[in-house]
Amino acid sequence: MSTPNLAARDVTLSVNGARVSVPLGATVAVAVAMAGQACRVSVSGEPRGALCGMGICFECRVSINGKRHCRSCQIVCEPGMEVETDE
Amino acid sequence: MNSDSQQRFDVLVIGGGPAGMAAAALAAESGSRVGMVDDNASAGGQIWRRALNGVETVEAARWSERLRSANVTTSFGKRVFDQPETGVLLAEGDDDLCELRYQNLVVATGARERFLPFPGWTLPNVMGAGGLQAMVKSGLPIRGKRVVVAGTGPLLLAVAAYLRKQGAEIRIICEQASWIRLAGFGASLWKHPAKVSQGLQLRKELASVPYATNSWPLAAHGGQRLESVTISRNGKTEVIPCDFLACGFHLVPNVELPLLLGCQISGGYVQVDDLQQTSIKGIFCAGEPTGIGGVELALVEGQIAGLAAAGESKRARSLFGERRKTQHFARLLDRTFRLRPELKDLSSAETIVCRCEDVPCSRLREHKSWRAAKLYTRCGMGPCQGRICGPATQFLFEWNPDSVRPPVLPARVESLASLAKSN
Repeated sequence: MSTPNLAARDVTLSVNGARVSVPLGATVAVAVAMAGQACRVSVSGEPRGALCGMGICFECRVSINGKRHCRSCQIVCEPGMEVETDE
Repeated sequence: MNSDSQQRFDVLVIGGGPAGMAAAALAAESGSRVGMVDDNASAGGQIWRRALNGVETVEAARWSERLRSANVTTSFGKRVFDQPETGVLLAEGDDDLCELRYQNLVVATGARERFLPFPGWTLPNVMGAGGLQAMVKSGLPIRGKRVVVAGTGPLLLAVAAYLRKQGAEIRIICEQASWIRLAGFGASLWKHPAKVSQGLQLRKELASVPYATNSWPLAAHGGQRLESVTISRNGKTEVIPCDFLACGFHLVPNVELPLLLGCQISGGYVQVDDLQQTSIKGIFCAGEPTGIGGVELALVEGQIAGLAAAGESKRARSLFGERRKTQHFARLLDRTFRLRPELKDLSSAETIVCRCEDVPCSRLREHKSWRAAKLYTRCGMGPCQGRICGPATQFLFEWNPDSVRPPVLPARVESLASLAKSN
């Protein structure tokens, strides 16, 4: 029996141009946190990250493949996704 | 709107947590054509959210199987945002719009955490207790991270135990309720043996983690993200360095959809009769929106609502006894974890209350009502539409939320445009 190849189960995407690998099934909010980034900048200029983790607070919104205002905690990472924070 | 995005159901269930799953399964098993719609990527709601590295609980798996074998049409990643006419709801997916027609409706929209503002609560890595748990279940690495868990309610213990099992270092659990209230809660649990054994299990899993009653967060500190938390621990102030603050003040029901539908709400909860029917005939409600009572109550209410919506009132009545027993637990929760008035003073003048529009506490104090605050400060007018600051201002200023207007969640312009066209 072969041992499972954990690396093969990772998904690689980009957050603000930097490559990030996350476990298969991880959400975009997780990828942003693993990249050490905040999700957005508030109207008065504060960095913000996910708060509720369940799609209600809208604090985790980012741009995904050019589409703005995506709630990153509700969206699962796909290979090659391009995520931009600070929208 | 194209025709294949229209669906018709005898019973439509909004929400795929325990209450919604039970309602959908029982209605479908009774022979009704049933649809179940949820905003999340899969069934189970928040309580049965499955971790990437985890398996379903036995009970969640049992209900998933019942949904499958009863042929419920499920649809995930869909947000209901409007009711253009009676018996019709509109839901938006990532790239599509669907029209859902129903004879009877079961609203099982669950609950969210209550957040209270305090200095620094907007820093990244200050999250809800359930919020951090959901993120970790979705893949966020937590091994070796220092976590302070704070707020109120039984969720704090469950979250702390889960995070610890995943390798987090739980620095402390701060519960705002007094020791006396909690002792009373423990003493009243003899009627709920399942809860006692869950409690003992959690206690075992949290051995050596400090659990402080009469304690709450005073401020979170950090630059780009959280670095430490100041807590009030039984009257004394303490600073605790940490990577995450998991902070939630019990739960508030999601009543935006029932409000939009015109269901009567009282004391923040959807009013229902014995058969879980709301003030509107043919619209039923089950689970947390009728009162925060936990998963057992949600399941029995869901079963009653599902049976009643499918015209099986007699069978629904056979579950009334079970519901009565679990309702007792809901009342205990309410009493034990009521928020203490000191928490109203946590915000300073500059503390942001509305995170969407960055409205500080000082600007809100000038106003007498939620409506006035919305008009003059934009509080509650951002993308979350008051879902976070609404319950906070309700506690801080005793403001009551007013009516909701469609769309109840931000919707794409194309979705709204096609709605206008169909009108």
